[in-house]
Order: sequence, then C-alpha cells, then structure tokens
Amino acid sequence: MTYETVARFAQQGGLIYFGLIFLAGVAYAMWPSKKAEFDNAARMPLDHGEDL
Amino acid sequence: MSAIPAAAGPPKGADILLVFSVLGAFLAIMGAGLTQDPIFRFQALTVFAAALVSAFSLIAGLSSGSLTDSPDRYSDGVIKAGVIATMFWCAAGLLVGVVIALQLSWPRIFYFPELGWLNFGRLRPLHTSAVIFAFGGNALIATSFWVVQRTCRAKLAGGIAPWFVFWGYQLFIVLAATGYLLGSTQGKEYAEPEWYVDIWLTIVWVTYLLVFLGTIWKRKEPHIYVANWFYLAFIVTIALLHLVNNAGVPVSPLNHKSYGVFSGVQDALTQWWYGHNAVGFFLTAGFLAMMYYFVPKRVERPVYSYRLSIVHFWALIFIYIWAGPHHLHYTALPQWAQTLGMTFSIMLWMPSWGGMINGLMTLSGAWDKLRTDPVVRMMVVSIAFYGMSTFEGPVMSIRAVNALSHYTDWTIGHVHSGALGWVGFISFGAVYCMVPWLWKKPGLYSNKLVEWHFWIATTGILLYIAAMWVSGIMEGLMWREYTPQGFLAWSFIETVSAKHVENIIRAVGGLMYLSGALIMIVNLWRTVRMPNASDSVAAAAAPALATA
Repeated sequence: MTYETVARFAQQGGLIYFGLIFLAGVAYAMWPSKKAEFDNAARMPLDHGEDL
Repeated sequence: MSAIPAAAGPPKGADILLVFSVLGAFLAIMGAGLTQDPIFRFQALTVFAAALVSAFSLIAGLSSGSLTDSPDRYSDGVIKAGVIATMFWCAAGLLVGVVIALQLSWPRIFYFPELGWLNFGRLRPLHTSAVIFAFGGNALIATSFWVVQRTCRAKLAGGIAPWFVFWGYQLFIVLAATGYLLGSTQGKEYAEPEWYVDIWLTIVWVTYLLVFLGTIWKRKEPHIYVANWFYLAFIVTIALLHLVNNAGVPVSPLNHKSYGVFSGVQDALTQWWYGHNAVGFFLTAGFLAMMYYFVPKRVERPVYSYRLSIVHFWALIFIYIWAGPHHLHYTALPQWAQTLGMTFSIMLWMPSWGGMINGLMTLSGAWDKLRTDPVVRMMVVSIAFYGMSTFEGPVMSIRAVNALSHYTDWTIGHVHSGALGWVGFISFGAVYCMVPWLWKKPGLYSNKLVEWHFWIATTGILLYIAAMWVSGIMEGLMWREYTPQGFLAWSFIETVSAKHVENIIRAVGGLMYLSGALIMIVNLWRTVRMPNASDSVAAAAAPALATA
C-alpha cells in the first residue's frame, strides 16, 4: 500500500461519502411527512413558558 | 408545574463533591510541597486554595441547609453565576487586549526587563484565552444551560454537577491565565495551557457533556430543538479536539512542562486541525445555537426555515472539520492536503451564508424591531458580521490570497471582525435578553444605554478592522518587495515601524469596544437592582412569575 494509493482512496472515497451524506441530510430535511414536526419545532423558543 | 412538587433538599452529589474537594486539597498541598518547580508549586497552591474554598462552602451550605435545590424549578442559579462570570471575563479579557494593543504601539509600556509577567508574549495568550475561553466559554455554558432546559422542558441533570462545571471552568481559566503570566505554555495557539490544566479541563468538559446529554435524555419535548444540536456539536467536538491536540508526556508528575507526542508536520497539522475547529465549533457552532434561540425569542417570530437550519447544521459540522490545512499553505504539508483545506473552506460559504440568511430572515414581519429594540439591532449586526467574516475567511484561504495575507495584521483583523462583531455581539444580545428573565425584571434598566453600547462598540470594531486591513496589506506587500538587485526591500523592523499609526487606531477601537462593555455592565447592574417584575406588573396577571 503506497502513499499514492491511500491518498487516492481518501480523496475519491471522501468525495463520494460526502456527496451521499449531504444528499441524506437534504432528504431528511425535505421529507414531506416531517413538515409538521419541523413547523412546530420552528416555534419552540416561542412556545415554552417558565413552567417545568 | 409538575403535579406533585417534590421537597427541596440539598442537590444530589454535594456530599461526593465535598469528598473530592478534600481529596483535591490534600493532593494539591502534597504536590506543592514535593515539587522542585516554582511554577508547578504556584499552580498547585492555587488548586489547594480553590479546593479549600470549595470544601468550606459545601460544608457551610450543607450544615446550614442553605444549599438547596427545588426539583420543580429550572436550575437558574448557575446561569445567573454564568452571566456574572461572562461579563467579568469580558471586561478583563478586553482590558488585556487594549493593553497589548498599546504595547504594540509603544513597546515600552508595561514592559519590565527584570520581570517577565507583563511581556507581550505572555499577555497575548492571556488576552486570547480570556476573550475566547473565559468570556465566550462562560457565555456558551450559561446560554446552553438556559436553552436546553427551556427547549427540553426539563431541569438540568446531575444535581450539583452544573455547579461543578461552572466553578471547575473558572478554576481552569485561573490556572491557564496565571500559568501564562508565570511563563508556562505549550506554545500551541489556543491550546497554551500545560498538561495538568488540560487534564482538569477534560474532567470539567466531560461533566458538562454529561449534564447536557442527561438533560436532553429526560426532555418532555419529543423533538430536539436545532440550537441543542449546535450546542452538542460544540461540546463533543471541543472534547475531541482538546484530547488529540494536547496529547503529550509531562517531564515528571511534579513538573509543569510537557512535550507533545506529535512532531514536525504532523504536529502542525494536528494543531491547525484543532485551531481552526476551535473557531468552527467553539466560536461558531455554539454561538449559532444562541442565534437560533435568542433571535426568534426576542423578535417573537418562528425560525425562518427550520429545514434550512437542519441542512445548515449538518453541512457546517461536516465541512468545518476539514478546513484547518488552509493555515499551512506553502509548508511541508502535502500540497493536495493544503488544497483540500482550501476547497473545504470555500465550500463553507454555503452553510455559513445559509445560516446567516436564516437568522436575518427570522425577522420577517418584525423588521420594525430593528428600529425600536437596540438588543435586536445588536443581534442583527452580529449576524451581518458573521456573514462578512465567513465571506472573508474563505477568500483568505485561497492559496494566492493567503500568500499575501498570512502572518499579517489582515488575519488579526479578520479574527476580530468575527470575534468582536459576531461572537461578542450575539453574546451581548443573549445576555441583554437573559438578565431581565433570570432576575424577573420587566425589562432592562435603560435602552438608551444599550444604544450607546451598540454605537460605541460598532464604531470601535470598524476602526479596528479597517486599520488591520490597511496595515495587513501594507506589510504583506512590503514583505514580498524585492530591490532590482534581488534583495528584500525592507527589513522586518521597518515593516513593524510602518504600522505605528494603524496600531494606535486599533488600540482606540479596542478601547471603544471595552467602553461599550463597561456601559453594558452598568446597565445590567442597574437592571438587577430594579424592583421585581411582580411588584410593577399587576401580580394577578402574572401568577406564575409572582410565585416563582
């Protein structure tokens, strides 16, 4: 295993890995059934009172 | 309010903390007595004093019954202490900054050839650590304790543990600061404290992580709010960075000096992986958590796009961690790794500006507050500075630009537009919000004083960064200028003398920023001294506040 092999694996594998997890993150954020949960979450700082 | 209010008693773990305080005092006095190293002895005696104070306070609190904890109320005492510490270290750290700016302008100020304590080389890490870790760190810990309790609707976990985190962190600051003045340093930027201080910070930080996770664990809200994700990323990543970059071997268990396990280019890469992520996770992720809570709360509008905040979070943390090598252009680091660091830095534009837009657009429908509420204006300007410095940073990471900017004042100006503009102002905004809430006051003592703070500090920042752009580009150009014979045109000291006026302007800018912070402290002090909200607001209209 040479330095070049490791470097190429890190560079190309990294590109694919980051591309995929980015798409996974966007898919999670845009998932239609999550919309209600996220709309509620956007109001979380406003909705709480001082009661535990 | 919970159905059955549980009885108030001493916080859980107070007795265990007492045992550890006594043990700690014993170990520290042994270390102070056995060591041959005067620096180590001084630090051991500091620990001894802290452990004794801790033990006596716990004994007094437990025996008199004044150390109590009501399970049906949010833990706000530790947040009040955190706010006080934030403002104290803010003033101290900014003051040291003004002193070293004056030393750069007039090198003989506070310079005593026989005593090294106030040398620029020792005061400089004192300034950076005091503003980043003491001011910024206390602001982060205090706001994270506020935000995680409110958005999880759960009291802080761990009984006495949050108080241990608070006081343990103050001890870390005191050990680090006095260590620098004594001449103890690892020589790694933002990681100067020596091995025993690093071990202590690890203990405190892991406790902080457990308190935060424990509170999330017992939350009553099913969804974990995005601010908590940012705080959690900050806490976890700082733990990881701290452990890896400080790996080292002490000369002896009774000596302050240690040597790192990495050497050469590996050491440089590890250091700047740490250094840049101290910016990305300490100075960015944690303060973005503040933005995502305090901006919506203050303007009473929901987060502009919660979906964007999720993409913002994941993109930011996965990209930031790779950006460090841009500090090592034109070094022995392999060029592809330098290019990788630069590429990731440029990609950071996207999440950074996504986050900035999300923060600013949260004001949709409440833009009038920019005119009427100076605290909102402060937070909005902080987000604008976030956008500006996260635009400037990627530009400076480009190899050709870095060839001019690196090692010059331009970098210092860049750091200060982020630190004074973004980190400082969002923290001031959060503290201005929290003080009336914590001390149950109807509002701040004076909005006029907030206006004064805002304008003096903003002008100070602009003077500072403009002076640093000018001096930075000037010295960068001077360093690379050749004579027709092929010699460097300027000696180093000539490039230092050339910056004299800019250094004075920088000191004036810093002094203005410090003045603003002092105005804020007066305003907060007067706010705390005001009559309670329940006295001035009709008590019947606010029964929850009246009984609290």
